[in-house]
Amino acid sequence: MNWNFIITTAFSAIFIKETVFYVLGAQGLNIHYGYTGLMNFGQAGFMAVGAYGMAISYETFGWSLWVGILVGLVWAVLLALLLGLPALRLRGDYLAIVTIAAAEIIRLLARSESMQSVTGGNSGINGFAGSFYDLNPWVNGRTYEFGPFNYRGQDLWVQTVGWGVVLLMALLTFLLMRSPWGRVLKSIRENEDAVRALGKNVYAYKVQSLILGGVMGALGGIVIAIGNASVQPDAFATRTTFICYGALILGGAARVWGPVLGGIVFYVAFRFLDVLIRQLERNDLVPDSIMTSTQSGVVRFIFLGAALVLLMVFRPQGILGDRKELQFDG
Amino acid sequence: MADARSALGIEGIVSEPGSRKPDPVLMADGITRHFGGVTAVDVSHVEFQRGQITALIGPNGAGKTTFFNLLTGFDKPNTGTWEFNGKSLVGVPPHRVSRMGMVRTFQLTKSLTKLTVIENMRLGASGQRGEKFLPALVRSMWSKQEDEITERADELLQRFKLDHMRDEFAGSLSGGQRKLLEMARALMSAPELIMLDEPMAGVNPALTQSLLGHVKSLREDGMSVVFVEHDMDVVHDISDWVVVMAEGRVIAEGTPTDIGRNQDVIDAYLGTHHGQDLHPEIAKATAARDELLAAGDDVDIADLPHSELPTEVPAEPTDEESSPDGDAADGAPSDGAPSDGEDTP
Repeated sequence: MNWNFIITTAFSAIFIKETVFYVLGAQGLNIHYGYTGLMNFGQAGFMAVGAYGMAISYETFGWSLWVGILVGLVWAVLLALLLGLPALRLRGDYLAIVTIAAAEIIRLLARSESMQSVTGGNSGINGFAGSFYDLNPWVNGRTYEFGPFNYRGQDLWVQTVGWGVVLLMALLTFLLMRSPWGRVLKSIRENEDAVRALGKNVYAYKVQSLILGGVMGALGGIVIAIGNASVQPDAFATRTTFICYGALILGGAARVWGPVLGGIVFYVAFRFLDVLIRQLERNDLVPDSIMTSTQSGVVRFIFLGAALVLLMVFRPQGILGDRKELQFDG
Repeated sequence: MADARSALGIEGIVSEPGSRKPDPVLMADGITRHFGGVTAVDVSHVEFQRGQITALIGPNGAGKTTFFNLLTGFDKPNTGTWEFNGKSLVGVPPHRVSRMGMVRTFQLTKSLTKLTVIENMRLGASGQRGEKFLPALVRSMWSKQEDEITERADELLQRFKLDHMRDEFAGSLSGGQRKLLEMARALMSAPELIMLDEPMAGVNPALTQSLLGHVKSLREDGMSVVFVEHDMDVVHDISDWVVVMAEGRVIAEGTPTDIGRNQDVIDAYLGTHHGQDLHPEIAKATAARDELLAAGDDVDIADLPHSELPTEVPAEPTDEESSPDGDAADGAPSDGAPSDGEDTP
């Protein structure tokens, strides 16, 4: 057992692009669910339209990457409007149903054969984002060492930009949530009718919230698409949404740093389990009667699920949350 | 108080349903609302006088809250027109109604529990620049206005004796304090007309007195108040005018004293058979038993017709006197008066 390897691999996940992906998704959900109380179960859909919007513009239409990024964000806004116009007039759980269905429609559409010429079907769109790396201040192809962690030059560039975006979104969240605008959102979470009675256009605020959080999710999709130089439809399955929710609740909802910390802890724990189980397998420390090597991929999710259950029982407010607030539910 | 009333010109208003007021702040015409086969509200005409405290009373299921929801845009009527300050409110969404100067509170308080008391208050202020997305990002765009709002909020909190709870979560307030907070919050936008849906429900008697004082002070500040209430004592104490609803209709209007004497109102609350024996067979049976008992000592108890008596005798209106709060008007509608049959869903 190479504990050193396990620990470094796990903790190097603090900075990797996958973490950025989930953190941005969770930051978006923080706006939706944490602050506004909107049950958006289709965050993966927003992340998908961001990634596909950019990749399709770049690959299929041959536009520049920067225009592609803009297109991805515009698509997220349009998706928020499309979903929000009918669904936000309904009560909470209906939005959950509509969004989860919409996200699946987007994924299935993207991987469908009839869309192959545009979206690349189930193999996705690959090998783009070259112009992004032209701007890389780090040397492409070189490996950089930061203490125990090693990163390739390309990844380092994605990480730098990705974390820059995360910090920017955290700043945006902070600025908005200390303002009267944020106060209206939080009040909508508590009681819509009370806010209406006080003369606020609740519906308009919910649409704004859905757009803002959706754009954050789309940014996550864009970061991972650029980082992998590829877009895969199944990266935007429903599981992605729930990992983002897990990260958000782990870190603490309605906290500026909740989704950031939650995303990091979540992904480090995930990587730790992943590497640990694989090391156990490799060293034949687990008999096949308990777990075969093909099962190990599932087992890490089982452990992760169990950990989340324990978290909900013993610390429902998350790492940064305030337990006192939870007492006032209902 | 009589002087205040003549000053308000109430003496000139006829005590009849749908009577004209010299200066109505709110007027409704031909409002109906059906829920399936049930007609919850069917108000042909009603006006509310400016600068007065008008009580809207009626037994449970009379449609008071539904009528409130319709007037404030929280529900849409099947037919009818209504206007506030001469401006039509047909199809106006609730937040616009509120911005026009007609703010309501709810029967079940809607405190924003995870916000502090002062944040609850600040939310109530209207026309906040910082509530727009882009200006919200720059503090200097709204900080001055925020200070003014906070100052106003602190004044109101002091007036409603909630200032010691200023920085607590609204969720930690008692039920009565939440009622106070909700009323104070509604005042943040300086409305012309405030609609209170059962402001005293679930509030202890000591706090009721202070709430009543606050409602009266609203009139002194020049506001018009419409409130829904069950408690006749409260209605007598503070209202200038009373509108009585039953089964969706306005059945009576008048000063509290008029209303107390109005036969239609008494019927609506206590049933048309008020004062009559609802079970003649019980009276007959009792009389027969008394006769038998008087006839001689050798009567077998089993022969007595008491065994034929209905086992469950519906509570009669006189039972209210023994209700814990001794509150006749409040107890009556829930005690099986005939008009109670049609509850709004």
